[in-house]
Amino acid sequence: MTLFIEQCLNGLQFGLLLFLLAAGLTLVFGIMDLVNLAHGSLYMLGAYFAATFAAWTDSFVLGVVLALGATLLVGMAVEIIAMRRLYGRDHLDHVLATFGLILFFDELVRLVWGPSGMSLSLPSWLNTSVRILPGIDYSAYKLSIIIVSLAVAVFLYFLVMRTRIGMLIRAGASNREMVGALGVNIKLLFTIVFGLGAALAGLAGLMQAPILTVQIGMGENILILAFVITVIGGIGSIRGAFVAAILVGLIDTLGRAYFTDLLRLTFTKETAATAAPALSSMLIYLLMAIVLVIKPEGLFSASGK
Amino acid sequence: MSGWLSTRNVATAVLLLALVLLPVYVELTGSRFLLTLFTRIVILALAAVSLNLILGYGGMMSFGHAAYLGIGGYAVGMLAFEGVYSGFVQWPAALAVSALFALLIGALSLRTRGVYFIMITLAFAQMAYYIVAGLARYGGDDGLTIQKRSEFFAPLNLSNKVQFYYVCLTLLFASIYLVWRIVNSRFGMVIQGSRSNDTRMRAIGFPTYRYKLTCFVIAGTLCGLAGALLANHTDFVSPAMMYWTRSGDLIIMVVLGGMGSIFGPLFGAIALLILEEALSGITEYWQIILGPLLLLVVLFGRGGIDGLLGKVRHG
Repeated sequence: MTLFIEQCLNGLQFGLLLFLLAAGLTLVFGIMDLVNLAHGSLYMLGAYFAATFAAWTDSFVLGVVLALGATLLVGMAVEIIAMRRLYGRDHLDHVLATFGLILFFDELVRLVWGPSGMSLSLPSWLNTSVRILPGIDYSAYKLSIIIVSLAVAVFLYFLVMRTRIGMLIRAGASNREMVGALGVNIKLLFTIVFGLGAALAGLAGLMQAPILTVQIGMGENILILAFVITVIGGIGSIRGAFVAAILVGLIDTLGRAYFTDLLRLTFTKETAATAAPALSSMLIYLLMAIVLVIKPEGLFSASGK
Repeated sequence: MSGWLSTRNVATAVLLLALVLLPVYVELTGSRFLLTLFTRIVILALAAVSLNLILGYGGMMSFGHAAYLGIGGYAVGMLAFEGVYSGFVQWPAALAVSALFALLIGALSLRTRGVYFIMITLAFAQMAYYIVAGLARYGGDDGLTIQKRSEFFAPLNLSNKVQFYYVCLTLLFASIYLVWRIVNSRFGMVIQGSRSNDTRMRAIGFPTYRYKLTCFVIAGTLCGLAGALLANHTDFVSPAMMYWTRSGDLIIMVVLGGMGSIFGPLFGAIALLILEEALSGITEYWQIILGPLLLLVVLFGRGGIDGLLGKVRHG
C-alpha cells in the first residue's frame, strides 16, 4: 500500500511535469495556430541553463531563476527571428522549419556544452524525504515539483481567464486580425506568449534535470508524450492538457510499475517479464487510440480554450 | 507546360541516365564508397516516393513514415535471425506486415485531420519504435545483425554490390511508375480531389475515407519494401531506423524535391543525402548548418527543386 501511494505520487509528479510542457505547446498552437516541434529543444535548454547557472552561482535557486529567464529570452528570440514568419503558413511548413530548429539546437548544445551530459545536484534541503502521511515518506524534491507545477497551473488559469493579458490572448486565439485592428500590439502579444511557452518548457526541463541526466535529445522523447497529451486533451485546450497530462502520467508510471505483476496472473513468469516492458510503453498510445475512436477531436476540444 | 525539351525533362533524363550508368563509373574509378552512398540514396528515395503519394498527392501529413522502414527491415531481420533466408518469404512478409500496420494506423489516424493527423502518426510510429526497442530476443535497443542477405534464384545475388544496386534502382523506377499510374487513375483523381476539398468530394458521393485509407496502405507497403532493402543494404536493423527524426528526413526529402511531383522525391533524396555528406566533410557539427538551411528552404524555396526546374506546380 505504501508503495502504491508512492507510485501514484510519482505518476502525479510526472503528469504535472508533462502538463508544463503540453501547456506551452497547446497555448502556442491554440493562439498562434503554430505547430512547434522545437518545444522539446527549449525543455533541453532549460535543463542545460539550470545546470550551468547553478554551477556558476553555486546556488540552486539562483540557477533556476536565471535559467527560467534565459529560456524566456531564447523563446522570444526564436519567435522574433523565425516563428514570426511562419504564422498563417501551412502546418507542414511549421513542422519542417521547427524540425530544422531541433537540428540546430541539438548541435548548438553539443558545440557549447560538449557531447557528454551534465548533472544538476540538489541542495541538501531538497535532497531529503518528508513524512506526508503517517508511515509514508516521500522525496522532498518530487513533492516540491508537484507543488510548483500545481502553482503554475493555477497561475496559468488566472493569467488566461482573469487578467487583461489573458483576455487579449483568448481574443487573439479566436480572431487575431480583429484584435490587431482594435489597436492591440498583436506582434508583441505573440512574442510574449511564445516566450511564456518556452519558459514553461524550460521549467519542466530544469525540474526534471536533477532526476535524470541533462543530455542532448532529452527533449525529444518527452515531446512525443506532450503531443499525445495535447491530442488526448484536445489541441488548444489548457484544461484538456491538464486532465490528459495527469492521466498519462499516472497510466505510464503505474503501468511500468505493475504491468508485469498484472500479466503474471494470466501468463507464465517469463512471458510476463519479456512482454511487459513493450506492452506497458504501449499503454498511453492505446489510451490515445481509444480517445480518438470515441472523440476524434480530443476530450476538451469544444469547451473553452 | 513547355515542350519535351524543357529544362526539367532534360535534367530528369540526365539524372536517370546517370543513375543507371553509375556502376560503370564506379568500376572505372574503383570508388566503392560512391556505390554504397547511392544505393542508400536510391533506397531512401523509394521511401520518399511512397511518402510523396500520401503527402504530396493525398495531403496526408504523415510524420510516422519511417515506422514502415523499420517494420519492413525488422521483418527481414527477424526471419533471418530465425534461419529463414529466402527472399520469397522475407520480402512478402515485410510487405504484409507493413500493410497491416498501415491499415491499423491509417484507420485510426484518418478519422482526424490537420495537426491531429501529424501528431497521431508521429505518436503511433514512436509506439512502434518502443515496441521494437523492447524486443529483447531480437537485440532490443542495440539492434540485430543480419548474417546473410535475402536469397533469390541462382544468378541473382544480393551480396554483389552492383547487382544489389540495380535491384534497388529497378524497384525505385517501378515504384515511380506505379505512383505515376495511381496518381493519373480515377482513384488518384479522387485522392487529389480530397486533398483540395474533402467535404466537396464526399458531397458528390465519394467515400473519401476508404480511398484515403487505401492510399495510406499502398504508401506504407511501398515504404516497407524500402525497409526490406535498407536492412539488406546495411546487414543490420535497429530501432534507430524508425526513430522519428528519420520520418522528418523523409518529409524533408519530399518537400525539398517538390511535393506532388513524380520525380521530386528522387531529387530531394539525392539533394539531402549529398548535402549531408558534403556538410559533414566541412565540419563535425554539420547539423548546425543544415538546420537553419532547412528553415530558409521553408521560408523562401517553395515548390522545391522540381519547382526550380520550371514546372508549373499544381496544388
